Amino acid sequence: MGSRRPDRRELLKHGAALASGLTLGAVAPAAGQTPASGQAPASQPMIKGSKEMIAYGDRSRFVTSVRIPHPPGGRMSPDQFGLVFHVAAPLQDSVGVITPSSLHYVATTRGSFMPDIDPNEHRLMIHGLVDRPLTFTMDDLKRFPSVTRLHFIECAGNRATPRHRTVQETHGMTSCAEWTGVLLSTLLKECGVKSTATWFVAEGAEEVKGASSMPVAKAMDDVLVAYGMNGEPVRPQNGFPLRLVVPGFEGIFSTKYLRRIKLVDRYYLNYNDFGHLDQDPKVAALDYQIGPKSVITYPSGGQQLPGRGFYEISGLAWSGGGAVRRVEVSTDGGRRWNLAEIKGTPQRMAHTRFGYAWNWDGSETEILSRCTDELGQVQPTRAQIAKFWNVAMDASFRVPGLDNSIQPWRIARDGSVQNGYA
Amino acid sequence: MATLRLVAIVWLLGGVGFAQSPARFGIGRSPTPEEIRAWDISIGPTGEELPPGRGSAKEGAELYKQKGCAGCHGATGTGGPAPVLRSTAKPGVEVWERGRILPVRSPFATTVWDYINRAMPLNREGTLTPDEVYALTAFLLYINDVIPQDQVLDRESLPKIKMPIGDAYASLPDWKPRTRRLKDYPF
Repeated sequence: MGSRRPDRRELLKHGAALASGLTLGAVAPAAGQTPASGQAPASQPMIKGSKEMIAYGDRSRFVTSVRIPHPPGGRMSPDQFGLVFHVAAPLQDSVGVITPSSLHYVATTRGSFMPDIDPNEHRLMIHGLVDRPLTFTMDDLKRFPSVTRLHFIECAGNRATPRHRTVQETHGMTSCAEWTGVLLSTLLKECGVKSTATWFVAEGAEEVKGASSMPVAKAMDDVLVAYGMNGEPVRPQNGFPLRLVVPGFEGIFSTKYLRRIKLVDRYYLNYNDFGHLDQDPKVAALDYQIGPKSVITYPSGGQQLPGRGFYEISGLAWSGGGAVRRVEVSTDGGRRWNLAEIKGTPQRMAHTRFGYAWNWDGSETEILSRCTDELGQVQPTRAQIAKFWNVAMDASFRVPGLDNSIQPWRIARDGSVQNGYA
Repeated sequence: MATLRLVAIVWLLGGVGFAQSPARFGIGRSPTPEEIRAWDISIGPTGEELPPGRGSAKEGAELYKQKGCAGCHGATGTGGPAPVLRSTAKPGVEVWERGRILPVRSPFATTVWDYINRAMPLNREGTLTPDEVYALTAFLLYINDVIPQDQVLDRESLPKIKMPIGDAYASLPDWKPRTRRLKDYPF
């Protein structure tokens, strides 16, 4: 068992055919002859140019990948009043590591209308235990030295259950974008943080003014005050015109519509903090930084393999602890683990694409992936987590903190793929 | 060769500009104390940010009907589509067994005040006066047997309320950058 790359001779033959095709194409066909270049015949449907399309491009009408309300069967988004709740990204169709902004997952603290904020009117205030409280306009913020970084954001509710059929349903509440903005540490140095400040509260400008408390140590390390996303301004559903990106922490901390940061000397227990309250200090600790996690996006639940033969298993890996160091794939239900190929250079707290060359022999099996991050944290199975906490792995078992357990996909003899938990 | 040497000398003398990052950039405007007060709705455990005002459970009971709270949270704080606000557990049942009920599980009464003030009522957030928020907080604490019906809450008395959870909640992690999320946790 194991991977099988296409035969070298096959590749050479294929390459030769390609090369000869190119040569033919380079020669202009004589009048009256059928073009041999593979150019489109005149009868092929065309997309007629429009002013709108020139100004702002659309995807092909054949590409229909969309977000869906989350969890499936839960609250509709939008509801009949236009309130938006959770929506999950279509990871099964993703390639590379960047989630297009229009497909980025969305979560709201409760059903929300998207605030329609005029960036010229928007202000960020930093105050509390600082030497110089300051208010910034959007133009002010863009004058500071900027950083551009790839970061995932993942919702704490991103959890696979037996009910979930597809990877969008099990894992779609994570997304990865290229964020541009000012480091929060740059702004805090401008304000001068007093030595008594140990926590900060970040607050959004939406109707509930959602707020969360975070350690100042995180602010000084890598928190980003972002105005850019994937090469353009952050979109309204993702926090226009300004949001916090708190790399590796549960998504709720990455405050959207950021309007205020207050430096304080204790945990402030404002709004979102109430939901984070826990009885067990160990569980409470796991509610901040996300553990190492990965999932196979192809082949994944609901997809169909056309038959035995070669496939590149493809998936995403990420960790709140830093960069992904290693991804392993098992194609025999977890008995043997094989090193996957990491595509590109893994970034800290960013989705990392992996691939694994696999020759399916047509028999029933289960495929899984697991990742290890730069801190040496390893993605666990549910059984390993239950054993660590010394609890039974029954129907009531829940992974403490954000669920980072290994996701199995079961492949039947007919090539259909199902959630291994179902 | 001579030209090269000249270029090197000019460069050493500072003819080539370097990027400059000052200790302070001098960007941004200093808000006035009044502006900060108007923006600052974060009420911490000491209650130092609480505005003047007062209210009791009796007034709160009226407001609970008037402001439409009952429509989502139920006439008695239970049975509506929105989160439960009154514990129906028998006396003696541990706080953590009573469900996630704001006026029961909050370690500080200030958290209840902050929550109502910033996020209620649905679609009319930010319209309650300080008196109304004090009264509604008092009402929610009264129906959960945290304070007596006639207790008046204000910026002095509110932070002093002993909440049922006491200190039976997890202290927060001493989080350090670039370390495991929980010491000795392999996952």
